[in-house]
Amino acid sequence: MSEKKTIIAVYVENQAGVLTRVTGMFTRRGFNIDSLTVGETESPKYSRITICMDGDGCEQMINQLYKLVVVKKVEILEEDSIKRELMMLKVRNESQNRSEIMTAVDVFRASVIDYSADGMCIEVTGVPSKIDAFVKLMEPFGILEMCRTGVVALDRGTKTLLSEKK
Amino acid sequence: MQLKGAQILVRTLIEQGVTDVFGYPGGQVINIYDALYEYKDEINHVLTAHEQGASHAADGYSRATGKVGVCIATSGPGATNLVTGIATAMLDSIPMVAITGNVPNSLIGKDSFQEIDITGVTLPITKHNYFVKRIEDLADTIREAFRIAKSGRPGPVLVDIPKDVQVGTYEYEPQAVTEKTPLPKVKEALIDEAAKLLAECKRPYIYVGGGAAGLGMGEDIVAFAEKIDAVIGCSFMGLSAIPETSERFLGMQGMHGHYASSMAQNEADLILAIGVRFSDRATGNVAKFAKKSKIIQLDPDYAEINKNVRVDLGLVGDVEDSFKRIVEKCDKAEHSDWLYQVRELKAEELRFEEEIAAASTAALTPKQVFEIINANKPAKTVIATDVGQHQMWTAQYVRFDGPRRFVSSGGLGTMGFGLGAAMGAYVATKDPVVLITGDGSFGMNLNELATAVTYKIPVVIVLMNNGVLGMVRQWQTLFFGKRYSNTVLDRKTDFVKLAEAFGAKGYLVETPIDFKRAFNEALQANGPVVIDARIDKDEFVLPMLPPGGAIDDIITKVR
Repeated sequence: MSEKKTIIAVYVENQAGVLTRVTGMFTRRGFNIDSLTVGETESPKYSRITICMDGDGCEQMINQLYKLVVVKKVEILEEDSIKRELMMLKVRNESQNRSEIMTAVDVFRASVIDYSADGMCIEVTGVPSKIDAFVKLMEPFGILEMCRTGVVALDRGTKTLLSEKK
Repeated sequence: MQLKGAQILVRTLIEQGVTDVFGYPGGQVINIYDALYEYKDEINHVLTAHEQGASHAADGYSRATGKVGVCIATSGPGATNLVTGIATAMLDSIPMVAITGNVPNSLIGKDSFQEIDITGVTLPITKHNYFVKRIEDLADTIREAFRIAKSGRPGPVLVDIPKDVQVGTYEYEPQAVTEKTPLPKVKEALIDEAAKLLAECKRPYIYVGGGAAGLGMGEDIVAFAEKIDAVIGCSFMGLSAIPETSERFLGMQGMHGHYASSMAQNEADLILAIGVRFSDRATGNVAKFAKKSKIIQLDPDYAEINKNVRVDLGLVGDVEDSFKRIVEKCDKAEHSDWLYQVRELKAEELRFEEEIAAASTAALTPKQVFEIINANKPAKTVIATDVGQHQMWTAQYVRFDGPRRFVSSGGLGTMGFGLGAAMGAYVATKDPVVLITGDGSFGMNLNELATAVTYKIPVVIVLMNNGVLGMVRQWQTLFFGKRYSNTVLDRKTDFVKLAEAFGAKGYLVETPIDFKRAFNEALQANGPVVIDARIDKDEFVLPMLPPGGAIDDIITKVR
């Protein structure tokens, strides 16, 4: 398996059970999902699922996804696509570490969204590697809990997912 | 007009051209059955002994005609009993619509009596499925189910209808039969590329699968083979697609394929694959499959290109159209060296067959059984099978006289498929139907004999009885040091009495002469006949490519 990750965007009909159909197809065909996000799109008829997966064999996986009646369009995003992920991270707030944490928050252009005497919750947005770096930085201070949304991505320019025919 | 949901369902089935359905009533489909009663002059319902039988019957109905097979079952166990039949249809790309009832919307999710999430259960084994929450969507959902089932690469669609939707009332307006969604036409450059590869090759092999069989392309393929001097082989699912009268047809290739067909595929320098999916049973070790050959693949399904075998050129879209355009672009060619080479292979195959036949000292051999069937079966006979040795012998020996005359579970390999499927094929065609089965497979769903008797379905059941699970035993002999774990049936079933108990006729035969007499008498019967044909427990299906093996590992001798 290569380390190379691929991000695919899947346009699906916005109806009950769609996510099960899509994720079920991954399980069935023996592919792994690293991260998955789903949400509304510019059209109320469709949802957009952004999946980060192993680059190997993703062409076969895409062809399999096209067999689902609810799948309208699948596209591999360009390498230089705009990627963002959001993380909330709860870290121990100890006086001897406070200034270092606040410096990191500053440098990463993160923000503190909850603050108490013994802990704080930080929100960071950025490319996944930036989030990884921030997590690493916080580890010594005692991460209590964290949650990441998984990556969302769009291609650059005016090109859209539905604008080009496969 | 205003109709009840159950009436809308049945009216929509009729509107979509359905004339026969197979099913079994139950609590959550009573309303549907009430509507079937109302429209019984327009739609024929066959009551099977078990929902699994209904699903296989709908499948056999479809295989024999190309029409969409329809089965109906109640919620819970009725629905889950369809599962094996739906999966069988899925793996062989058979168009089917399965209708299930469910508990009313108000009881969904409460573990109500006979409630099961059948759309969840069948998610991986349907092309698509629906839970019809609102009566407003009912008719269009049924129409859409038919469109999906028959479009592109066909497959089964399940529609689950809760009881309140069946009971409710809504407006219904008949519509025309839904059309298949047209497949995209392949780009001209790819057709040119295919024609170029075909023009350059020296040893062409046309490899025909279920996709081509479903489209009835046989005659055109033979004509093309004549034109470019190619030979033709097929996958298991491609059987009966090619007229057996063609000398260029080498038969099935693969694990139990004809020696010449498998060898020729291995020697070819160009394989034109039409509607095949390169199953592991067909390819053996993919790393060693057809190494000397370029492969052009025609298929309606993108996902079949480079799934199991890397191909040089994949033409995805309308297979018939692509094929026609390729034919037009190809000039006449001659490959006499290649045909000579193939003739040598066929001669070798004949020698192996004679050796195998000579090795058997049994009173009645499988080869004799099939020679008698071939010589005596009437024109247009549909041959259905179960799964196991008898199935592979059928694939090797039976001479099919036209497309859709072979009804057998390829991909899923469903033991117990045969009797239901044979009944379905008869209901669809009213042509003679012969079921080849084994004592293992027949034991799984023989309850459907009751159905065949009730509906006077004259299926001739050739029960190749060896008292063992022959195919597994063969593997145990070859690969497990003859440790016959749980494959010796040692049952005391008297199949003649069993047939009689069901109201059918039974014969016990142990010699070719008796078999021939019984077979011919059975063909005249007005209902099902069971012929218990005793064969030896150590007959082998040969040749055999061991699982995961390559062409060099082919086994052609008994011991």
